[in-house]
Amino acid sequence: MLQIKNLHVSVGDRKILQGLTLSVKAGEVAAIMGPNGTGKSTLSYVISGREGYDITEGEVLLDGENILALEPHERAAKGVFLAFQYPVEIPGVATMTFLKAAMNAQRRARGEEELATPDFMKRVKDASAQLGVSQEMLRRPLNSGFSGGEKKRMDILQMALLQPKLGILDETDSGLDIDALRVVSEGVNSLRSPDRAFLVITHYQRLLDYIKPDTVHVMAKGRIQRSGGPELALELEKHGYQEYLAEEAA
Amino acid sequence: MVKLASEAEAAFSSFYEEMKTKGATGLRSAAWDAFSSKGLPNRRVESWHYTDIKAAMSKPAPLAIGRAGVETARTHDSIRLVVLDGIFRPDLSNLSALPEGVKVQSVRDALAQGTPGVMALIASADVQTDDALLSLNAALMQDGVILRVGGGVTVEQPIELASITSSDEAQSSFTRSLVIMGKDARATVIETAGALSAASIQDNQALIVRLAQGASLNLFSHATGQSEALVRVMSLVAHLDERATLSAYSLIEGAGLLRRQIFARLDGERARVAFNGATLARGRSHADTTLIVDHAKPNGESRERFRNILDDTSVGVFQGKIIVRPGAQKTDGVMQSKTVLISDSATMNNKPELEIFADDVQCGHGATCGRLDKDQLFYLTARGIPRKEAESLLIEGFAIEAFDGLENEALRNFVSERVTKWMSGRTA
Repeated sequence: MLQIKNLHVSVGDRKILQGLTLSVKAGEVAAIMGPNGTGKSTLSYVISGREGYDITEGEVLLDGENILALEPHERAAKGVFLAFQYPVEIPGVATMTFLKAAMNAQRRARGEEELATPDFMKRVKDASAQLGVSQEMLRRPLNSGFSGGEKKRMDILQMALLQPKLGILDETDSGLDIDALRVVSEGVNSLRSPDRAFLVITHYQRLLDYIKPDTVHVMAKGRIQRSGGPELALELEKHGYQEYLAEEAA
Repeated sequence: MVKLASEAEAAFSSFYEEMKTKGATGLRSAAWDAFSSKGLPNRRVESWHYTDIKAAMSKPAPLAIGRAGVETARTHDSIRLVVLDGIFRPDLSNLSALPEGVKVQSVRDALAQGTPGVMALIASADVQTDDALLSLNAALMQDGVILRVGGGVTVEQPIELASITSSDEAQSSFTRSLVIMGKDARATVIETAGALSAASIQDNQALIVRLAQGASLNLFSHATGQSEALVRVMSLVAHLDERATLSAYSLIEGAGLLRRQIFARLDGERARVAFNGATLARGRSHADTTLIVDHAKPNGESRERFRNILDDTSVGVFQGKIIVRPGAQKTDGVMQSKTVLISDSATMNNKPELEIFADDVQCGHGATCGRLDKDQLFYLTARGIPRKEAESLLIEGFAIEAFDGLENEALRNFVSERVTKWMSGRTA
């Protein structure tokens, strides 16, 4: 589903991704683990199309199509979804207005009919009940005054409504207490399906106790250093990332 | 008589000669002297520094004359009082819908009658504040509406003061209206200023608001312009007694030059004012909001929240001054002006000022000016919303923030629709 080939990305003079190659199959949950400052968030932004990154080499293929030339909204309509490490507050934009605009924009882009209001309301109601998103939260402006946990639940609610092909979770556990982590993880787990892939970016093993990955990739110095199964995460928890950093430095 | 040099001042002088035959000679002559001694403000006059009114009004068109046979579309569910081309028009107004305890009189009739109490109310703005354009308004006022809400009366349906220009020819109009609310009276007034044609109009209108003890007025103002050649000065002069509340919202859009100046005096303990509004400007329009909130008594509260959205080569101005007089202890004032520039060529001038002469007060102000937030834009586009639509959502949201707290749902919806419509008219 997702193939990243020899990706090189710079910001200004700084090289951040240096030949990253990674493949994620449909139905797979791939964890990317690595120390801070190694380019994990950059990777998630580059896949979803944020401005400000120079892609000097390589490609990102979604179902065989290179998406690097597409605008963020076009990538979203093709099924890319980024759950943000820090979802932004947008005062003044009503949550429901935003949800409807997003769902309908994606439907239009795919040539589907826009949702009728009752259908839209029902979908939001069902998904929010499962994620413990209250009606009161839905009435507020988007993410405004939400706690960290509320913001993450709102992001996962959006993922549930938009039904992406590829869900990227960027440090989803940051700022979450154990209870919020459980709710968010259950939300993600319920979206696991044979035709959907996840890229779970984290630097702690903790999140992977809740969202069990099929594959684990160690990222350091701007590329994937090692790939393996779930046992790799446990090994990292024990020994840390020193080995990969040192190896690279040598 | 003082000799006036410019073409504009000569034209105003001839208007004055005409208007002083229509009653209120003493009031007009005092105002004319006040205007003559100042003249049209140039940019060296501090309060007019960012709006060159002298240049804009250099060639006044002839005085407006009321005309018949004009149809005006209704936009609000209200009891409407229409001032058309400078003249109050009972025939276009639904006076019969006025509830008990509410009285309407034309300013023209009041000036002709010259009842001292009424004249004092009409002149009260000029006693409270000293501004050349307001003096000019008093000297040359043609007509307007005096709306009185009796003590203890609550008016449920909004009352609209609609000021409309319909002429296809260039014209100048000077109108002055009053909203006088008795003790504990409550009402909502919608003030609209619009033009039916794209003619070159110079419009100088004043609204005097006087709130007795405990009175509460919700004021919604909507100004639009059709022509780049429009020059409109709207003065709001508000005077509040003890515990009176004025809650004002404004939406300013359209072409031309518009200066809205607000002079509010909180002259009784625990009086409260809130001035909120959004300005949407594009093309070459120039939109100026200048306000002075004067706390004269203790325990007053003032809130100002303005949002400016400037496109193309438009120019915005926000000048806000909070004065706290000696003895106006425990005053609580917060003033905020935020601007989004959606074009590289738009300009915003922000000038917040505090003049505080009491020691136990809380006053603050903040002004920001910038582009749309990149993180917010990315968030919306990453959810599939195309960039243009995402920008519109953010801009609409930004503008609507100024109307938080506006209780009238129809007016809230009206604002949303206008902002959406304005956004859909973006060219680039």
